[in-house]
Amino acid sequence: MKNNSRRGFMGKAFGAVAAVGAVASLFAMKKSWDPLPSVKAAGFTTLDMSGYNENELVTEKWRGKPIFVLKYTKEMVAAFNETQMGRTIKMSDDHYMVNLGLCTHLGCIPSYEKDNASFLCACHGGTYDITGDVTKAPPPRGLDIPPFRIEGNKLVLGEEGPEYKKMLADGITLKA
Amino acid sequence: MAHFTKATSVKDWLNQRLAIEKVEKVLASEYWIPKNINFLWAMGMVLMITFMLLIVSGIFLLMYYQPNVDTAFYSVNYTIMREVDFGWLWRHVHGVAASVVFLIIYIHMFTGIYYGSYKKGREMIWISGMLLFVAFSAEAFSGYMLPWGQMSYWAGMVITNLFAGGSLHADGLVEWIRGDYVPAQAFLSRFFMLHVLLIPLAILGLIGLHFGALRIPHVNNQDGEEIDFDVEAKKYLDGDKAGSKVIRFANDFMAKDMLVVAVYLVFFFYLVFYHYGFAMDPVNFDPADGLKTPAHIYPEWYFLWSYEILRPFSTDIGLMAFAFAQVIFVALPFLDRSPNTVPASRRGLFRFWFWAMLIDMIVLTSMGKLPPEGAFSTIGFVAALTFIGLWILLPIITTFEKKA
Repeated sequence: MKNNSRRGFMGKAFGAVAAVGAVASLFAMKKSWDPLPSVKAAGFTTLDMSGYNENELVTEKWRGKPIFVLKYTKEMVAAFNETQMGRTIKMSDDHYMVNLGLCTHLGCIPSYEKDNASFLCACHGGTYDITGDVTKAPPPRGLDIPPFRIEGNKLVLGEEGPEYKKMLADGITLKA
Repeated sequence: MAHFTKATSVKDWLNQRLAIEKVEKVLASEYWIPKNINFLWAMGMVLMITFMLLIVSGIFLLMYYQPNVDTAFYSVNYTIMREVDFGWLWRHVHGVAASVVFLIIYIHMFTGIYYGSYKKGREMIWISGMLLFVAFSAEAFSGYMLPWGQMSYWAGMVITNLFAGGSLHADGLVEWIRGDYVPAQAFLSRFFMLHVLLIPLAILGLIGLHFGALRIPHVNNQDGEEIDFDVEAKKYLDGDKAGSKVIRFANDFMAKDMLVVAVYLVFFFYLVFYHYGFAMDPVNFDPADGLKTPAHIYPEWYFLWSYEILRPFSTDIGLMAFAFAQVIFVALPFLDRSPNTVPASRRGLFRFWFWAMLIDMIVLTSMGKLPPEGAFSTIGFVAALTFIGLWILLPIITTFEKKA
């Protein structure tokens, strides 16, 4: 009996040490798979917005992901409803689409259909309107808008300016 | 206490230390296989041989492959394919075997379903087999990343995005799996590690479990007959070989097993030398480009059925249907409520269930490859609903099944 309780105690003592070790190792393993600081530090892109032509889609790159930049014509802006207007970025007198060019379904790149003024994802057939709002499932929501800050006629992607924070608060986009 | 005597031969020397005769009996000459079986019982050996082919060809590919986003594509398509003598052979063997192994796995699985080889003590054989299927799927996916072509990159993007869990938006989890915002160097390195070390280790362990699970219930037979292996083995050893219902695994059963393997290998190398193209997607011969999605992203043929279950629904429902399809086969021994262990042909409604399931999976597979438009979209949707419906029906129809 005496021996048994001593062995029992040793077993519990080992179990306690092993449990601490297991949790600590799992923590280290989890952290080792995190994105590296160098990867995170490279997460900012500055766009000079004066260089874009109207109704011509340009694909920029931010964090390895495609960013759709489209300068709208005055006619397009005039026809926008409230939701569509909420998704556009206004800089001086011009309106832009700056969206993450990855389908919100599973991350394929939709293509711009200039004639229909819409985006089509070939992977699973989802469509978006010209402001990146979803018009046909399976995508669950419109294209995400990357965090941005307006600096004169420049746009810094990766930083959260007041206009972006307002979009987040209004539920127009999710944190990309 | 072990007592060692001066050895009379090398065999005797080894026998005293490792009991090799006993081991040989346990594993081969006195491991009993029923006589009442057919060529479908050779699929396990065919799988084993295919797995060996994958390991050997993989070892040779590993000596020239470079897991770096800048060099991976050229190390495969230039170094291995053009510079290394017979490099093309290892690559085509590896690619064809990775595809064909799934064909054999599906035959092996549906053989088990048809003959009820997942019941009456054989549940662990089935469960360990399904775990092997999962491990082989992960192995195939991680290997598909390595040439770092367009399909590698975009399949990697789409599949890792599944882990965001739709509306759960677990984007942090996706970035954690990738080690970056998009598939990049960290992603390639870790999938390389998974492909050549961690998953193969898991597969080896699971194969051990799969074989271990066979020992007590033994192999099933064509009539699902409950054989008393001790009695039949004694009959065989006492000289009544004709009257016994069992034979030795080696060399008796092995002789026929290896004949099936031989026929299979002729077919296999025919594919390797003349028809390897089906295992090499043309899109993957373009280097990975994160700013250009291929027009159609589709998985290899063996994942098409589950992909087609994901596709026709909205994101969240699609993910749930997909998750259901991934795990439901594991539960087969518990969803089949009938105690009958006989071929499906003698099992009332289950007979129709078996063929309906097989045909539905073939339909899902064919629709998965086609663009999701018009009639194909509808057929795929109906087939996906049928798949789920069949699994819901299974416990009901088997509960009312008459005792065979």
